[in-house]
Amino acid sequence: MSTLTALAQLEALATGRAQPVATVRHCHLSEKPLVMIPLKLAGEAAAPLATMLGTDRDAPELLVVPQPRNRDLRFAYAAELAKAVLAHVEAERGATETLEPSKDGEERFRYERAPQIVVPNRGGVGFLRLLGRSTRFRSTEGPWAVDPAVPMLGRWLTWYADRNDRPGSSLLLTLTETLRLHWATGQSSLEDGNLGALMGWIDPPDGMDGPSAAARAEDPVACPPAGPTTDPTFDNEVLAPAIAAYDESGGAPRAEERVRAAVASQLRPTWDLAWRALDLLRALPEGASVPRRWERDRDSFTYFHREFAENPPQAKLDDAVRAARRLHDLERSQESYEAQRAFDDPLVMAEQRLAGQAFGGVVTAADPTRLDESGKRPKLRPHLWIRTEDPVRLDEGATVVNAARPGLKGRIVEIDGGDVLLELTGGMGRKLTPEAGVVPEPGLEVVFTSRTSDSWGAAKFPERDDTPWTHGGPPAEYEPADEDATEVWS
Amino acid sequence: MSRDDEHTATDLSHLRGGEAPRNHDARTIAALTANPGCARRGVMDAAAVDKDAVARHLGFGAPFGQSQFAITRGNAFEAQVKADGCAELLALLRDRLGLDVPEVAYDDLESVGTESREVRHARTRHLMARALETGAGTLFDHPLLRLDIAGQRAYLEPDVIAFQLGGRFHVVEVKSFAVVDGQAEPEQVAAAARQSAVYVLALRELVEGLGHDPERVSHEVFLVCPENFSNRPTATPLDVRPQLAVVKRQLARLTRAEDIARRLPEGLTFALDEGLPEAVRAVEARYAPECMASCEMALFCRDEARACGATGTLGRNVRDELGGVDSVVTALELARGVREPSEDMAETAEQLRIAARLRREALGSGGERSAEQPLVGAQAPRGATDVLERTA
Repeated sequence: MSTLTALAQLEALATGRAQPVATVRHCHLSEKPLVMIPLKLAGEAAAPLATMLGTDRDAPELLVVPQPRNRDLRFAYAAELAKAVLAHVEAERGATETLEPSKDGEERFRYERAPQIVVPNRGGVGFLRLLGRSTRFRSTEGPWAVDPAVPMLGRWLTWYADRNDRPGSSLLLTLTETLRLHWATGQSSLEDGNLGALMGWIDPPDGMDGPSAAARAEDPVACPPAGPTTDPTFDNEVLAPAIAAYDESGGAPRAEERVRAAVASQLRPTWDLAWRALDLLRALPEGASVPRRWERDRDSFTYFHREFAENPPQAKLDDAVRAARRLHDLERSQESYEAQRAFDDPLVMAEQRLAGQAFGGVVTAADPTRLDESGKRPKLRPHLWIRTEDPVRLDEGATVVNAARPGLKGRIVEIDGGDVLLELTGGMGRKLTPEAGVVPEPGLEVVFTSRTSDSWGAAKFPERDDTPWTHGGPPAEYEPADEDATEVWS
Repeated sequence: MSRDDEHTATDLSHLRGGEAPRNHDARTIAALTANPGCARRGVMDAAAVDKDAVARHLGFGAPFGQSQFAITRGNAFEAQVKADGCAELLALLRDRLGLDVPEVAYDDLESVGTESREVRHARTRHLMARALETGAGTLFDHPLLRLDIAGQRAYLEPDVIAFQLGGRFHVVEVKSFAVVDGQAEPEQVAAAARQSAVYVLALRELVEGLGHDPERVSHEVFLVCPENFSNRPTATPLDVRPQLAVVKRQLARLTRAEDIARRLPEGLTFALDEGLPEAVRAVEARYAPECMASCEMALFCRDEARACGATGTLGRNVRDELGGVDSVVTALELARGVREPSEDMAETAEQLRIAARLRREALGSGGERSAEQPLVGAQAPRGATDVLERTA
């Protein structure tokens, strides 16, 4: 939250329409994302009720558990869902690129594409994570055997939920959060959590403005909730009688059809909304560093896919080394994601300027061929005078980089009111005269920021087998346990 | 239902206008501490007004409906834990937490028939007094507790068990949200901890009133939840000292309901008649989006706050960011520089003006820039960027 976003929200209120807080799209969008809208049974941790899913907006697939408390029906649903997700994974892999071998000579590959999943909101991610947890340890043989696809689904869903935790990853997108990254509405973040209300502000139907569209979306009859929790009134008045009838009929197809029709009526509006949200996002130009972040996603996918057969299911809790590495990765991704977004988008960079960590203005004078001859060898150190209206909160001597070409580096020599004197220190070529067009000329608008994307490198962590005794020593190997296979899923 | 306690300093029951009083429960008290500055809520709660009925009458019924699936599941789980004199609960405390629990008596203090709250509370006091003297192992289910809230005595009907072990009472709270691999939804755990803290506080007051050390009520409560995806219960000890401190502080700071009530127009009541909207508006509210999770009046107050263009409807963080500027129009005028800021708003006004300029610049030039000149080197040929990075 910054004053900029707050102001955008005020403008949204004043105009009755959502206002942009980004000028480019900061996430990757695949040509064929798998849209999934899961519903669960109220009051249960992860009892699936239904999921509408598919890659074709005109042909959604509907998976339903007509009696959500029935274990067999639940596993049948999990097997169906598994087939759909695994088919998506295989279809969206693309060809294998061979990359330059790593430093220690290991072969490296990367799939050309990666399977993207889109869910409406954070609750959807939470549900998929729990569904992953409740299915990945299931045994495919013995007395409690389940369809072999079920534990595979569990492992994929766990991986997706984990990728969603990583700042900048686009493998599992939540629509409410992604939309909020690009638009500010005239309502609070609580109300923005309702996909219908959020979309109402961004793209109200004809003849409506943001507030009226959002108000309509808060009526669960006009606009059923986007899940995974269902509307309590729907539960009590429609779903419960339909499920009871299904039980009474002994599972008759007509009774099952009634349950399916009931949940379809709750899912279809969100399904259409989800695709409209994707249209809006797709219409934005892609941010310049999005492909680079998607490359990291593809790397992660490639690795997970290629090692899938050899690896056991993900642990219930991370061991010490894994947890430390994960935390380190999350922090680094967060930092570079924030920096990259600012470089990609002047509206995000404006946040840094408002905070005084960056400044922008017009070059008033330049000495592009200035040499520093105080050392043994002369060094190219051009001077640049910039007039800014920004509230610069940087010290003299601070290192900054150019927002339009992050390679161009400089050091603040002096700040005198709105005039900043900058000494450029790098990014101008190897000679004693700068490469053409690199040093900004007087009259040009420039932005320099003190925040760079890769300010700290990757840390080294011990191998799993070398976990120090302070952290409990090497963790035990995974052994499939009966307890896991038989775990109640009620 | 009978009248409020006769010892109440100022009786606010007339504000109900003849409607039946609503008892407090953990949710309403924990929620009270979430928005202590709200006079409307303070008065209505102190007078035990049925806010749900009021909101409904105003046409802003609260969306607090519960799915019958959730209710069934919750009840079934609670019944299972408490069956046979809480056999399963005791086994859990012994085996899972390794407590040395001796034979325990189980008393359900749930209301029988039309007993008044005073009678029920007296029974709770009586049984507690006996248990405190003997120190014997005891489980009290549904004790009726009392707590002073904003100068008013409120009754608490907790769905909770007071459990005495080794001369100390512990609060046991049964919740039906799942604990998966030792982790549960943080918001739900936080809410449970806040509620338990209220119970600990009320129990402590009761114990102190009986002439015992209030510390005989432990700050360690036991949360009983279904484990993983099953119906099997698991118990987790929870230290609620931080929540206790918050609840105590907030209760002490609560705008005193009687002070507010004194300033209300003569003869004002919240009776469900045509005068209701005016009566409700006569008491000032302080709406924040958090109210939606805890107060039946939230939709009405939100509508009211939106109609008068309050920045608070956008959330506390937005309001804070605006340095306490309450009005949307004022904030926008400050941003556009068409309103002279007062001294205390000068800093916020400056921030807003810069923010407005930066937004204008970024949005005005955004389109052109992406067309003509890439914002970042990455769109330029790869080699060019590399030169820049190599020589850096």
